[in-house]
Amino acid sequence: MALVEFADFSFKYLGADSLALKRITLTIDEGEYVVITGPSGCGKTTFCRAINALVPQFHRGYVAGNVYTDGKNTRENEVATFASVAGLVFQNPENQLVTLDVEKEIAFGPENLGVAPNEIRRRVEELIELLDLEELREKHPHEMSGGEQQRVAIAATLALKPKVLVADEPTSNLDPQSAETILKIIAHLNKKGMAVILVEHRLDLVAKDASRIILMNKGRIVADGNPREILAMDLCEEIGVGVPKATQVYKRLRTRGVELGTVPLTGVELAELVQEATSR
Amino acid sequence: MIILEDVHYSYDGVYTALRGISIQIDDGERLAVIGANGAGKTTMIKHMNGLLRPQKGRVILDGHDTKFMSVAEIAREVGLVFQNPDHQLFLDSVKKEVEFGLRNLGFTESEAEQKRQKTLTDLGLEGFAERSPFTLSGGERKRVALASVLSTEPRFLALDEPTIGQDAHQKSLLAQMLAEMNKLGRTVVVVTHDIEFVIENFPRTVAMADGQIIADGSTSMVLSNDEVIERCALALPQMTLAARAMRNVFPEVGQRLTLLSELEETIMGILGGA
Repeated sequence: MALVEFADFSFKYLGADSLALKRITLTIDEGEYVVITGPSGCGKTTFCRAINALVPQFHRGYVAGNVYTDGKNTRENEVATFASVAGLVFQNPENQLVTLDVEKEIAFGPENLGVAPNEIRRRVEELIELLDLEELREKHPHEMSGGEQQRVAIAATLALKPKVLVADEPTSNLDPQSAETILKIIAHLNKKGMAVILVEHRLDLVAKDASRIILMNKGRIVADGNPREILAMDLCEEIGVGVPKATQVYKRLRTRGVELGTVPLTGVELAELVQEATSR
Repeated sequence: MIILEDVHYSYDGVYTALRGISIQIDDGERLAVIGANGAGKTTMIKHMNGLLRPQKGRVILDGHDTKFMSVAEIAREVGLVFQNPDHQLFLDSVKKEVEFGLRNLGFTESEAEQKRQKTLTDLGLEGFAERSPFTLSGGERKRVALASVLSTEPRFLALDEPTIGQDAHQKSLLAQMLAEMNKLGRTVVVVTHDIEFVIENFPRTVAMADGQIIADGSTSMVLSNDEVIERCALALPQMTLAARAMRNVFPEVGQRLTLLSELEETIMGILGGA
Protein backbone atom coordinates (compact mmCIF):
# COMPACT_ATOMS: atom_id res chain seq x y z
CA MET A 1 0.00 0.00 0.00
CA ALA A 2 1.27 3.44 -0.92
CA LEU A 3 1.83 5.93 1.90
CA VAL A 4 0.06 8.68 -0.05
CA GLU A 5 -2.15 8.12 -3.05
CA PHE A 6 -3.86 10.79 -5.12
CA ALA A 7 -6.56 9.23 -7.32
CA ASP A 8 -7.70 11.68 -9.99
CA PHE A 9 -7.99 14.39 -7.34
CA SER A 10 -9.14 17.92 -8.17
CA PHE A 11 -9.86 20.83 -5.85
CA LYS A 12 -11.11 24.39 -6.15
CA TYR A 13 -11.18 26.79 -3.16
CA LEU A 14 -14.52 28.43 -2.38
CA GLY A 15 -14.62 31.73 -4.23
CA ALA A 16 -11.70 30.91 -6.53
CA ASP A 17 -12.34 30.87 -10.26
CA SER A 18 -9.95 28.12 -11.24
CA LEU A 19 -8.92 24.75 -9.89
CA ALA A 20 -5.99 24.75 -7.47
CA LEU A 21 -5.36 21.07 -8.24
CA LYS A 22 -6.36 19.45 -11.52
CA ARG A 23 -6.76 15.70 -11.79
CA ILE A 24 -3.73 14.71 -9.75
CA THR A 25 -2.89 11.01 -9.81
CA LEU A 26 0.25 9.69 -8.14
CA THR A 27 1.57 7.58 -5.31
CA ILE A 28 4.33 8.29 -2.79
CA ASP A 29 5.91 5.37 -0.97
CA GLU A 30 7.69 4.91 2.31
CA GLY A 31 11.28 6.15 2.42
CA GLU A 32 10.95 8.55 -0.51
CA TYR A 33 12.28 12.13 -0.41
CA VAL A 34 10.02 14.04 -2.76
CA VAL A 35 10.62 17.69 -3.61
CA ILE A 36 7.57 19.52 -4.97
CA THR A 37 8.38 22.62 -6.97
CA GLY A 38 6.88 24.94 -9.54
CA PRO A 39 6.00 28.58 -10.09
CA SER A 40 4.20 30.45 -7.32
CA GLY A 41 0.47 29.70 -7.35
CA CYS A 42 0.95 26.31 -9.04
CA GLY A 43 -0.81 24.35 -6.27
CA LYS A 44 2.11 23.18 -4.10
CA THR A 45 0.62 24.28 -0.78
CA THR A 46 -2.80 22.89 -1.69
CA PHE A 47 -1.13 19.57 -2.53
CA CYS A 48 0.41 19.48 0.99
CA ARG A 49 -2.90 20.37 2.63
CA ALA A 50 -4.65 17.59 0.71
CA ILE A 51 -2.33 14.97 2.20
CA ASN A 52 -3.56 15.47 5.76
CA ALA A 53 -7.18 16.35 4.93
CA LEU A 54 -6.90 20.12 5.66
CA VAL A 55 -8.09 20.24 2.05
CA PRO A 56 -11.05 19.66 1.76
CA GLN A 57 -12.12 19.48 5.41
CA PHE A 58 -10.69 22.74 6.82
CA HIS A 59 -10.27 24.65 3.54
CA ARG A 60 -13.53 23.94 1.82
CA GLY A 61 -14.39 23.96 -1.85
CA TYR A 62 -15.20 21.83 -4.87
CA VAL A 63 -13.69 18.34 -4.71
CA ALA A 64 -13.43 15.50 -7.21
CA GLY A 65 -11.48 12.27 -6.86
CA ASN A 66 -9.84 11.01 -3.67
CA VAL A 67 -6.67 11.13 -1.63
CA TYR A 68 -5.66 8.17 0.54
CA THR A 69 -3.07 8.79 3.22
CA ASP A 70 -1.85 5.62 4.89
CA GLY A 71 -4.76 3.91 3.16
CA LYS A 72 -7.42 6.18 4.67
CA ASN A 73 -9.62 8.37 2.53
CA THR A 74 -9.09 12.03 3.51
CA ARG A 75 -12.72 12.82 2.70
CA GLU A 76 -14.12 10.15 4.98
CA ASN A 77 -11.91 10.30 8.09
CA GLU A 78 -11.48 13.07 10.65
CA VAL A 79 -8.58 15.49 10.24
CA ALA A 80 -7.19 14.29 13.60
CA THR A 81 -6.75 10.78 12.12
CA PHE A 82 -4.07 12.15 9.83
CA ALA A 83 -2.13 14.16 12.43
CA SER A 84 -0.20 11.09 13.47
CA VAL A 85 0.41 9.97 9.88
CA ALA A 86 1.42 13.14 8.05
CA GLY A 87 3.26 15.79 10.08
CA LEU A 88 3.12 19.28 8.60
CA VAL A 89 5.79 21.94 9.01
CA PHE A 90 5.19 25.42 7.66
CA GLN A 91 7.21 28.40 6.47
CA ASN A 92 6.58 30.46 9.58
CA PRO A 93 7.27 28.47 12.78
CA GLU A 94 5.77 31.27 14.90
CA ASN A 95 2.33 30.37 13.56
CA GLN A 96 2.83 26.80 14.71
CA LEU A 97 4.18 27.11 18.26
CA VAL A 98 1.48 27.14 20.93
CA THR A 99 3.13 26.74 24.33
CA LEU A 100 5.78 28.56 26.30
CA ASP A 101 8.62 26.09 26.46
CA VAL A 102 10.31 23.42 24.43
CA GLU A 103 9.27 20.39 26.50
CA LYS A 104 5.62 21.44 26.65
CA GLU A 105 5.65 22.19 22.94
CA ILE A 106 6.90 18.71 22.06
CA ALA A 107 4.52 17.05 24.52
CA PHE A 108 1.48 19.04 23.37
CA GLY A 109 0.55 16.87 20.35
CA PRO A 110 0.92 13.44 21.95
CA GLU A 111 -0.90 14.64 25.09
CA ASN A 112 -3.84 15.60 22.94
CA LEU A 113 -3.84 12.18 21.33
CA GLY A 114 -3.87 10.53 24.77
CA VAL A 115 -0.39 8.98 24.61
CA ALA A 116 0.79 7.57 27.99
CA PRO A 117 2.89 10.02 30.08
CA ASN A 118 5.92 7.72 30.22
CA GLU A 119 5.92 7.38 26.47
CA ILE A 120 5.56 11.16 26.07
CA ARG A 121 8.55 11.74 28.37
CA ARG A 122 10.59 9.27 26.32
CA ARG A 123 9.67 11.00 23.04
CA VAL A 124 10.44 14.47 24.42
CA GLU A 125 13.94 13.42 25.52
CA GLU A 126 14.61 11.57 22.27
CA LEU A 127 13.60 14.61 20.18
CA ILE A 128 15.54 17.09 22.31
CA GLU A 129 18.59 14.98 21.59
CA LEU A 130 17.83 14.41 17.89
CA LEU A 131 17.18 18.10 17.13
CA ASP A 132 19.87 19.41 19.45
CA LEU A 133 17.45 21.40 21.64
CA GLU A 134 19.17 20.94 25.00
CA GLU A 135 20.24 24.58 25.21
CA LEU A 136 16.73 25.76 24.39
CA ARG A 137 15.03 23.81 27.16
CA GLU A 138 14.55 26.85 29.37
CA LYS A 139 14.04 29.36 26.59
CA HIS A 140 10.76 31.04 25.70
CA PRO A 141 9.93 30.59 21.97
CA HIS A 142 9.93 34.37 21.50
CA GLU A 143 13.54 34.53 22.62
CA MET A 144 14.55 31.98 20.02
CA SER A 145 15.86 32.73 16.54
CA GLY A 146 13.78 31.63 13.55
CA GLY A 147 16.00 28.60 13.02
CA GLU A 148 15.62 27.54 16.66
CA GLN A 149 11.85 27.97 16.48
CA GLN A 150 11.72 25.86 13.34
CA ARG A 151 13.72 23.09 15.05
CA VAL A 152 11.20 23.12 17.91
CA ALA A 153 8.29 23.07 15.43
CA ILE A 154 9.80 20.04 13.68
CA ALA A 155 10.33 18.28 17.03
CA ALA A 156 6.69 18.96 17.96
CA THR A 157 5.58 17.50 14.64
CA LEU A 158 7.78 14.42 15.01
CA ALA A 159 6.42 13.79 18.52
CA LEU A 160 3.29 12.42 16.87
CA LYS A 161 5.45 9.77 15.13
CA PRO A 162 4.24 10.60 11.64
CA LYS A 163 5.10 8.30 8.76
CA VAL A 164 5.69 11.20 6.44
CA LEU A 165 7.01 14.69 7.11
CA VAL A 166 5.33 17.28 4.89
CA ALA A 167 7.28 20.53 4.93
CA ASP A 168 6.01 23.59 3.05
CA GLU A 169 9.00 25.89 2.43
CA PRO A 170 10.30 25.31 5.96
CA THR A 171 13.45 27.38 5.49
CA SER A 172 12.19 30.41 3.54
CA ASN A 173 12.26 32.76 6.51
CA LEU A 174 15.58 31.54 7.85
CA ASP A 175 19.09 32.82 7.34
CA PRO A 176 21.18 30.56 5.08
CA GLN A 177 23.06 28.75 7.87
CA SER A 178 19.88 28.04 9.84
CA ALA A 179 18.29 26.86 6.60
CA GLU A 180 21.17 24.48 6.00
CA THR A 181 20.83 23.05 9.53
CA ILE A 182 17.11 22.39 9.03
CA LEU A 183 17.66 20.76 5.64
CA LYS A 184 20.41 18.54 7.10
CA ILE A 185 18.00 17.43 9.83
CA ILE A 186 15.34 16.63 7.24
CA ALA A 187 17.82 14.66 5.11
CA HIS A 188 18.93 12.77 8.23
CA LEU A 189 15.32 11.87 9.12
CA ASN A 190 14.85 10.57 5.59
CA LYS A 191 18.01 8.44 5.82
CA LYS A 192 16.56 6.91 8.97
CA GLY A 193 13.52 5.86 6.98
CA MET A 194 10.99 8.68 7.23
CA ALA A 195 9.31 9.71 4.00
CA VAL A 196 9.71 13.41 3.24
CA ILE A 197 7.60 15.67 1.04
CA LEU A 198 9.23 19.09 0.78
CA VAL A 199 7.97 22.15 -1.06
CA GLU A 200 10.87 24.34 -2.13
CA HIS A 201 11.81 26.88 -4.81
CA ARG A 202 15.52 26.88 -4.12
CA LEU A 203 16.59 23.64 -5.73
CA ASP A 204 20.25 24.58 -5.29
CA LEU A 205 19.69 23.67 -1.63
CA VAL A 206 17.63 20.49 -1.85
CA ALA A 207 17.98 18.75 -5.23
CA LYS A 208 20.97 16.74 -3.98
CA ASP A 209 18.95 15.22 -1.12
CA ALA A 210 15.83 14.35 -3.13
CA SER A 211 15.04 10.94 -4.57
CA ARG A 212 12.29 12.42 -6.72
CA ILE A 213 11.18 15.81 -7.99
CA ILE A 214 7.60 16.66 -8.91
CA LEU A 215 7.12 19.75 -11.06
CA MET A 216 3.76 21.46 -10.84
CA ASN A 217 2.30 24.16 -13.03
CA LYS A 218 -1.20 25.64 -12.92
CA GLY A 219 -2.53 22.91 -10.66
CA ARG A 220 -1.20 20.02 -12.72
CA ILE A 221 1.77 17.72 -12.42
CA VAL A 222 3.88 18.42 -15.48
CA ALA A 223 6.92 16.26 -14.69
CA ASP A 224 7.71 13.63 -12.06
CA GLY A 225 10.89 11.61 -11.71
CA ASN A 226 14.57 11.45 -10.86
CA PRO A 227 15.99 14.90 -9.97
CA ARG A 228 18.77 14.73 -12.56
CA GLU A 229 16.38 13.82 -15.37
CA ILE A 230 13.81 16.41 -14.37
CA LEU A 231 16.25 19.29 -13.93
CA ALA A 232 17.90 18.55 -17.29
CA MET A 233 14.56 19.23 -19.02
CA ASP A 234 14.07 22.60 -20.76
CA LEU A 235 10.56 22.63 -19.28
CA CYS A 236 12.09 23.86 -15.99
CA GLU A 237 13.20 27.15 -17.52
CA GLU A 238 9.96 27.43 -19.50
CA ILE A 239 7.80 27.43 -16.37
CA GLY A 240 10.23 29.40 -14.20
CA VAL A 241 11.78 26.75 -11.94
CA GLY A 242 15.12 27.74 -10.37
CA VAL A 243 17.48 25.08 -11.71
CA PRO A 244 20.68 24.64 -9.62
CA LYS A 245 23.60 26.70 -10.93
CA ALA A 246 25.74 23.64 -11.64
CA THR A 247 22.91 22.10 -13.68
CA GLN A 248 22.50 25.37 -15.59
CA VAL A 249 26.18 25.32 -16.54
CA TYR A 250 25.78 21.70 -17.65
CA LYS A 251 22.85 22.68 -19.88
CA ARG A 252 24.74 25.60 -21.42
CA LEU A 253 27.68 23.32 -22.20
CA ARG A 254 25.31 20.77 -23.70
CA THR A 255 23.98 23.32 -26.20
CA ARG A 256 27.59 23.86 -27.26
CA GLY A 257 28.11 20.17 -27.92
CA VAL A 258 29.86 19.28 -24.64
CA GLU A 259 28.35 16.18 -23.00
CA LEU A 260 29.43 15.68 -19.39
CA GLY A 261 27.66 12.30 -19.06
CA THR A 262 25.84 12.73 -15.76
CA VAL A 263 23.74 15.78 -14.87
CA PRO A 264 25.41 17.59 -11.92
CA LEU A 265 23.32 19.06 -9.08
CA THR A 266 26.12 20.78 -7.14
CA GLY A 267 29.27 22.71 -7.92
CA VAL A 268 31.43 19.90 -6.54
CA GLU A 269 29.75 17.35 -8.82
CA LEU A 270 30.28 19.67 -11.79
CA ALA A 271 33.99 20.01 -11.02
CA GLU A 272 34.33 16.22 -10.74
CA LEU A 273 32.63 15.69 -14.09
CA VAL A 274 34.93 18.20 -15.79
CA GLN A 275 37.91 16.42 -14.26
CA GLU A 276 36.67 13.04 -15.53
CA ALA A 277 36.13 14.52 -18.98
CA THR A 278 39.73 15.77 -19.15
CA SER A 279 41.21 12.45 -18.07
CA ARG A 280 39.28 10.47 -20.68
CA MET B 1 18.70 61.28 1.37
CA ILE B 2 18.20 59.30 4.57
CA ILE B 3 20.65 59.50 7.44
CA LEU B 4 20.54 57.37 10.58
CA GLU B 5 22.74 58.81 13.34
CA ASP B 6 23.72 56.55 16.22
CA VAL B 7 20.25 55.00 16.37
CA HIS B 8 19.46 52.81 19.39
CA TYR B 9 16.27 50.83 19.90
CA SER B 10 14.99 48.24 22.34
CA TYR B 11 11.55 46.64 22.09
CA ASP B 12 11.28 45.67 25.73
CA GLY B 13 13.96 47.67 27.53
CA VAL B 14 15.96 44.50 28.15
CA TYR B 15 17.15 43.21 24.83
CA THR B 16 18.67 45.90 22.59
CA ALA B 17 17.76 45.40 18.94
CA LEU B 18 19.80 48.33 17.57
CA ARG B 19 23.01 49.46 19.21
CA GLY B 20 24.25 52.61 17.53
CA ILE B 21 23.37 52.42 13.83
CA SER B 22 24.85 55.13 11.62
CA ILE B 23 24.32 55.07 7.90
CA GLN B 24 23.78 57.47 5.03
CA ILE B 25 21.73 56.44 2.01
CA ASP B 26 21.89 58.78 -0.97
CA ASP B 27 19.16 59.35 -3.50
CA GLY B 28 19.18 56.79 -6.29
CA GLU B 29 21.14 54.13 -4.41
CA ARG B 30 20.45 50.41 -4.51
CA LEU B 31 21.38 48.94 -1.15
CA ALA B 32 21.07 45.46 0.35
CA VAL B 33 20.98 44.80 4.10
CA ILE B 34 22.11 41.33 5.16
CA GLY B 35 22.49 39.61 8.52
CA ALA B 36 21.49 36.56 10.55
CA ASN B 37 17.96 36.17 11.97
CA GLY B 38 17.68 38.64 14.83
CA ALA B 39 20.52 40.94 13.72
CA GLY B 40 18.25 44.02 13.69
CA LYS B 41 17.67 44.39 9.94
CA THR B 42 13.89 44.78 10.10
CA THR B 43 14.14 47.06 13.12
CA MET B 44 16.50 49.30 11.17
CA ILE B 45 14.30 49.68 8.10
CA LYS B 46 11.24 50.32 10.27
CA HIS B 47 13.10 53.41 11.48
CA MET B 48 13.42 54.59 7.90
CA ASN B 49 9.68 55.11 7.45
CA GLY B 50 8.90 56.22 10.98
CA LEU B 51 7.12 53.05 12.14
CA LEU B 52 9.68 52.93 14.92
CA ARG B 53 11.28 56.02 16.44
CA PRO B 54 14.83 55.95 17.79
CA GLN B 55 15.14 55.87 21.58
CA LYS B 56 18.53 57.46 21.14
CA GLY B 57 20.01 59.02 18.00
CA ARG B 58 18.28 60.60 15.01
CA VAL B 59 16.76 59.74 11.66
CA ILE B 60 17.03 62.52 9.09
CA LEU B 61 15.00 62.46 5.91
CA ASP B 62 16.03 65.01 3.27
CA GLY B 63 17.49 67.26 5.95
CA HIS B 64 14.49 67.02 8.30
CA ASP B 65 14.65 65.26 11.64
CA THR B 66 11.81 62.69 11.47
CA LYS B 67 11.09 63.34 15.14
CA PHE B 68 9.11 66.35 13.92
CA MET B 69 7.29 64.49 11.13
CA SER B 70 4.15 62.34 11.29
CA VAL B 71 4.16 58.74 10.02
CA ALA B 72 1.88 59.89 7.18
CA GLU B 73 4.36 62.56 6.14
CA ILE B 74 7.24 60.10 6.17
CA ALA B 75 5.22 57.39 4.42
CA ARG B 76 4.60 59.70 1.47
CA GLU B 77 8.35 59.59 0.80
CA VAL B 78 9.30 56.18 2.14
CA GLY B 79 7.35 53.04 1.18
CA LEU B 80 7.89 49.92 3.27
CA VAL B 81 6.87 46.42 2.21
CA PHE B 82 6.66 43.97 5.10
CA GLN B 83 8.11 40.47 5.11
CA ASN B 84 4.77 38.90 5.95
CA PRO B 85 2.05 40.06 3.52
CA ASP B 86 -0.65 39.07 6.00
CA HIS B 87 0.46 41.96 8.21
CA GLN B 88 -0.31 44.32 5.37
CA LEU B 89 -3.29 43.06 3.35
CA PHE B 90 -6.80 43.66 4.64
CA LEU B 91 -9.24 44.35 1.80
CA ASP B 92 -11.32 41.81 -0.08
CA SER B 93 -9.97 42.30 -3.58
CA VAL B 94 -6.53 42.78 -5.06
CA LYS B 95 -7.83 45.79 -6.96
CA LYS B 96 -9.11 47.54 -3.82
CA GLU B 97 -5.95 46.67 -1.94
CA VAL B 98 -3.71 48.34 -4.51
CA GLU B 99 -5.99 51.34 -5.10
CA PHE B 100 -6.39 52.00 -1.35
CA GLY B 101 -2.93 53.49 -0.88
CA LEU B 102 -3.17 55.46 -4.12
CA ARG B 103 -6.49 57.02 -3.18
CA ASN B 104 -5.13 57.88 0.28
CA LEU B 105 -2.28 59.74 -1.34
CA GLY B 106 -4.80 61.85 -3.25
CA PHE B 107 -4.75 60.27 -6.72
CA THR B 108 -8.04 60.51 -8.60
CA GLU B 109 -10.05 57.39 -9.29
CA SER B 110 -8.87 57.15 -12.88
CA GLU B 111 -5.22 57.81 -11.98
CA ALA B 112 -5.41 55.18 -9.26
CA GLU B 113 -6.93 52.70 -11.70
CA GLN B 114 -4.26 53.34 -14.29
CA LYS B 115 -1.39 52.99 -11.81
CA ARG B 116 -2.96 49.89 -10.33
CA GLN B 117 -3.26 48.26 -13.76
CA LYS B 118 0.34 49.03 -14.67
CA THR B 119 1.75 47.71 -11.40
CA LEU B 120 -0.30 44.51 -11.48
CA THR B 121 0.85 43.87 -15.05
CA ASP B 122 4.48 44.56 -14.15
CA LEU B 123 4.28 42.02 -11.35
CA GLY B 124 2.49 39.36 -13.39
CA LEU B 125 -0.75 39.80 -11.42
CA GLU B 126 -3.00 41.13 -14.20
CA GLY B 127 -5.51 38.29 -13.93
CA PHE B 128 -5.92 38.73 -10.17
CA ALA B 129 -7.59 42.14 -9.88
CA GLU B 130 -10.98 40.84 -8.73
CA ARG B 131 -9.67 38.03 -6.53
CA SER B 132 -9.59 38.21 -2.75
CA PRO B 133 -5.97 38.26 -1.54
CA PHE B 134 -6.92 35.53 0.90
CA THR B 135 -7.62 33.03 -1.88
CA LEU B 136 -4.15 33.54 -3.35
CA SER B 137 -1.00 31.54 -2.74
CA GLY B 138 1.70 32.77 -0.34
CA GLY B 139 3.91 33.96 -3.18
CA GLU B 140 1.01 35.74 -4.89
CA ARG B 141 -0.09 37.50 -1.69
CA LYS B 142 3.46 38.69 -1.26
CA ARG B 143 3.36 40.26 -4.73
CA VAL B 144 0.03 41.96 -3.98
CA ALA B 145 1.58 43.55 -0.88
CA LEU B 146 4.50 44.69 -3.05
CA ALA B 147 2.15 46.06 -5.69
CA SER B 148 0.22 48.12 -3.16
CA VAL B 149 3.41 49.93 -2.17
CA LEU B 150 5.18 50.02 -5.56
CA SER B 151 2.12 51.54 -7.26
CA THR B 152 2.45 54.67 -5.10
CA GLU B 153 5.96 55.15 -6.52
CA PRO B 154 7.61 56.26 -3.28
CA ARG B 155 10.92 58.05 -3.77
CA PHE B 156 12.44 55.75 -1.26
CA LEU B 157 11.47 52.09 -1.20
CA ALA B 158 12.34 49.61 1.56
CA LEU B 159 11.52 45.92 1.07
CA ASP B 160 11.78 43.26 3.77
CA GLU B 161 12.66 39.87 2.26
CA PRO B 162 10.86 40.39 -1.06
CA THR B 163 12.12 37.18 -2.71
CA ILE B 164 10.71 34.70 -0.17
CA GLY B 165 8.34 32.26 -1.82
CA GLN B 166 9.02 33.66 -5.29
CA ASP B 167 10.03 31.36 -8.13
CA ALA B 168 12.92 32.14 -10.48
CA HIS B 169 10.66 33.89 -12.99
CA GLN B 170 8.97 36.09 -10.36
CA LYS B 171 12.34 36.98 -8.90
CA SER B 172 13.58 38.26 -12.23
CA LEU B 173 10.34 40.24 -12.76
CA LEU B 174 10.89 41.83 -9.35
CA ALA B 175 14.53 42.62 -10.11
CA GLN B 176 13.50 44.22 -13.41
CA MET B 177 10.90 46.35 -11.73
CA LEU B 178 13.28 47.53 -9.02
CA ALA B 179 15.88 48.37 -11.68
CA GLU B 180 13.30 50.42 -13.60
CA MET B 181 12.28 52.34 -10.49
CA ASN B 182 15.92 52.92 -9.67
CA LYS B 183 16.56 54.28 -13.17
CA LEU B 184 13.88 56.87 -12.48
CA GLY B 185 16.00 58.05 -9.55
CA ARG B 186 14.26 56.17 -6.77
CA THR B 187 16.22 54.68 -3.90
CA VAL B 188 15.80 50.96 -3.23
CA VAL B 189 16.74 49.22 0.03
CA VAL B 190 16.15 45.48 0.52
CA VAL B 191 16.61 43.29 3.54
CA THR B 192 17.37 39.78 2.34
CA HIS B 193 19.11 36.46 2.93
CA ASP B 194 19.17 35.83 -0.80
CA ILE B 195 22.82 36.38 -1.62
CA GLU B 196 22.47 35.70 -5.32
CA PHE B 197 19.73 38.34 -5.54
CA VAL B 198 22.12 40.77 -3.80
CA ILE B 199 25.07 40.01 -6.07
CA GLU B 200 22.99 40.37 -9.20
CA ASN B 201 21.11 43.55 -8.28
CA PHE B 202 22.71 45.61 -5.51
CA PRO B 203 26.01 47.49 -5.78
CA ARG B 204 26.16 48.38 -2.06
CA THR B 205 25.70 46.01 0.88
CA VAL B 206 25.39 46.67 4.60
CA ALA B 207 26.05 43.70 6.88
CA MET B 208 24.50 43.65 10.36
CA ALA B 209 25.14 41.51 13.44
CA ASP B 210 23.87 41.91 17.00
CA GLY B 211 22.23 45.26 16.35
CA GLN B 212 25.28 46.85 14.77
CA ILE B 213 26.63 47.44 11.29
CA ILE B 214 29.75 45.31 10.87
CA ALA B 215 30.48 46.13 7.24
CA ASP B 216 29.27 48.68 4.69
CA GLY B 217 30.62 49.05 1.18
CA SER B 218 30.61 47.60 -2.29
CA THR B 219 28.79 44.27 -2.42
CA SER B 220 31.81 42.39 -3.72
CA MET B 221 33.99 43.80 -0.92
CA VAL B 222 31.49 43.09 1.86
CA LEU B 223 30.80 39.56 0.64
CA SER B 224 34.46 38.65 0.32
CA ASN B 225 34.92 39.35 4.04
CA ASP B 226 35.01 36.01 5.92
CA GLU B 227 33.85 37.60 9.18
CA VAL B 228 30.75 38.87 7.38
CA ILE B 229 30.00 35.41 5.96
CA GLU B 230 30.34 33.88 9.42
CA ARG B 231 28.52 36.49 11.54
CA CYS B 232 25.72 37.00 9.04
CA ALA B 233 25.17 33.22 8.90
CA LEU B 234 25.50 33.29 5.12
CA ALA B 235 25.99 30.27 2.95
CA LEU B 236 28.42 30.68 0.09
CA PRO B 237 26.66 31.06 -3.25
CA GLN B 238 26.61 27.90 -5.36
CA MET B 239 28.73 29.65 -7.98
CA THR B 240 31.45 30.31 -5.42
CA LEU B 241 31.31 26.70 -4.26
CA ALA B 242 31.54 25.50 -7.86
CA ALA B 243 34.48 27.82 -8.54
CA ARG B 244 36.26 26.58 -5.40
CA ALA B 245 35.68 22.97 -6.33
CA MET B 246 37.01 23.68 -9.82
CA ARG B 247 40.06 25.44 -8.42
CA ASN B 248 40.90 22.46 -6.23
CA VAL B 249 41.27 20.39 -9.37
CA PHE B 250 42.36 23.03 -11.87
CA PRO B 251 44.61 25.61 -10.16
CA GLU B 252 44.42 27.86 -13.21
CA VAL B 253 40.78 28.72 -12.50
CA GLY B 254 40.47 32.35 -11.37
CA GLN B 255 39.72 33.44 -7.81
CA ARG B 256 36.61 35.31 -8.72
CA LEU B 257 34.03 33.48 -10.75
CA THR B 258 30.66 34.98 -10.07
CA LEU B 259 28.74 34.61 -13.31
CA LEU B 260 27.42 31.48 -14.97
CA SER B 261 28.94 32.56 -18.26
CA GLU B 262 32.39 32.89 -16.66
CA LEU B 263 32.25 29.37 -15.30
CA GLU B 264 30.94 28.11 -18.63
CA GLU B 265 33.84 29.72 -20.54
CA THR B 266 36.36 28.46 -18.01
CA ILE B 267 35.15 24.91 -18.48
CA MET B 268 35.12 25.28 -22.27
CA GLY B 269 38.73 26.47 -21.99
CA ILE B 270 39.75 23.51 -19.84
CA LEU B 271 38.05 20.96 -22.07
CA GLY B 272 39.30 22.61 -25.25
CA GLY B 273 42.85 22.35 -23.99
CA ALA B 274 42.50 18.71 -22.93
